[in-house]
Amino acid sequence: MERFRYLSNVTTLEYDEKLCVGCGSCETVSPHGVFAKNGRKVRVVDKDGCMECGACMLNCPTAAIRVTPGVGCAAYIISGWIHGKEKASCGGDGCC
Amino acid sequence: MTSRCSQEKNHAGDLACTCPEKQAGGLKPDFPLVGEVTSCCVSQPPVAGREHEKPGYHLWGFVDDFMDTPAGAVPRVHTRLNQEDNRGTLFARLGIGRDSYRIAPGLYAVGTPGEGSPVLVTANYKLTFDVLRSHLEGLDAWILVIDTNNINVWCAAGKGAFSSLEVAERVKIVALEKIVNHRRLVLPQLAATGVSARQVKTMCGFEVVWGPVHAKHIVPFLDAGTQTTPAMRRVTFTFKERVELIPVELYHVGKPSLYLLPALFLLSGLGSGIFSIGTAFSRGLPAILAYVLAVTSGAVLAPTLLPWLPGRAFAMKGAAIGAAAGALLSAVMAGRLAVLEMLALTLFMMALSSYLTMNFTGSTPYTSPTGVEKEMRKAIPAQALGALAALVLWVGTGFMR
Repeated sequence: MERFRYLSNVTTLEYDEKLCVGCGSCETVSPHGVFAKNGRKVRVVDKDGCMECGACMLNCPTAAIRVTPGVGCAAYIISGWIHGKEKASCGGDGCC
Repeated sequence: MTSRCSQEKNHAGDLACTCPEKQAGGLKPDFPLVGEVTSCCVSQPPVAGREHEKPGYHLWGFVDDFMDTPAGAVPRVHTRLNQEDNRGTLFARLGIGRDSYRIAPGLYAVGTPGEGSPVLVTANYKLTFDVLRSHLEGLDAWILVIDTNNINVWCAAGKGAFSSLEVAERVKIVALEKIVNHRRLVLPQLAATGVSARQVKTMCGFEVVWGPVHAKHIVPFLDAGTQTTPAMRRVTFTFKERVELIPVELYHVGKPSLYLLPALFLLSGLGSGIFSIGTAFSRGLPAILAYVLAVTSGAVLAPTLLPWLPGRAFAMKGAAIGAAAGALLSAVMAGRLAVLEMLALTLFMMALSSYLTMNFTGSTPYTSPTGVEKEMRKAIPAQALGALAALVLWVGTGFMR
């Protein structure tokens, strides 16, 4: 989404090109087109577009991608600060 | 005895008929009674599902009939949304009854699918199911609904409810291998956050084909032999999609308002005479107006105008529109409030609007959790400080009157 840009240089996305076998799964599943096939490997073409959903990591056959996905809802994050990451919760009225 | 109901042939057994003859149990004299209705039962369209009723079960209106398959009866659903569906969608968007807005997981059919027809996998949140089927007009396909705890595809995938395991288990439960002669499942792309295609194949033998992000692209996708255009693989955040999220943002403000509004009123009445009802009104009403404007800025205007508001951080966007609302309120209240009072209200509005817009990050499809946390670490202290300064100024000016 060209129109919507969030903060730069915050994503925890890590990609090790040496492990890539060029299957293209990451290119297929990324909702923001972070990856693109580049010859026999894949390249990160929009790192700041990454929203840390984790689809690429889950579908990479060689674990070449790492990212820490999480819940982006402010209430959840605040709850994590107060109660610790293990016990964080949204507030439980079923918003998501 | 001859029946006087000319329509009776058309709807034998229809219980909705209010024909007096039927109500009398068929016992009726062969002569007209004074004041009797002569043409009775309006012909009722056959109500699908009457023959499928089972004690204790209520049939959904979207079921047309049931197909016989080697693995049992499969409900065939229609692709048009009816009043019940639209009402349910409205309520869900308002946050009412979402926790129970679910359909049973299992296999459904649309059109007249056969053993070669595609299998589309989706979540058991009814809103999701309705969005999916309403875009399948003209298609013959199987719909495999998995149990995502009635949560939509993407959120469920993120929480682990739309998982490889659940997909594989559901395939086995419905005995899908008896129904189709191919071994392919079409999953929505956004399920990839929770589903590993390779794991599904290992667990149940079916290969995952990643379908488009949006339901509207499913038919073109299938028609093109599962080829995608880049647009099919991207998430959008259109004006309509943003505005649809506003009711639920307002819903979250509802309960805190119940104690914030009285608090504002009471704080406004504090002064050198301890408390004055008159001042509570004359200052409380502008304070409450400020609150309403701040909520409108942060929870309604900010989502709507999102791409046009300054800054990338949502807290910044919220503070900006809060400041504009504060300036507007100050212009309106110029004669009735002191400068410091208007400053207090503006700071309050900026802090509140900033906080509300910051909360909207959880509803967007593009903010990263790491980014939100970074934004919050800076924004929350600023918002707290702004709110505190506003409080001190507001109560302080109460004493200065």
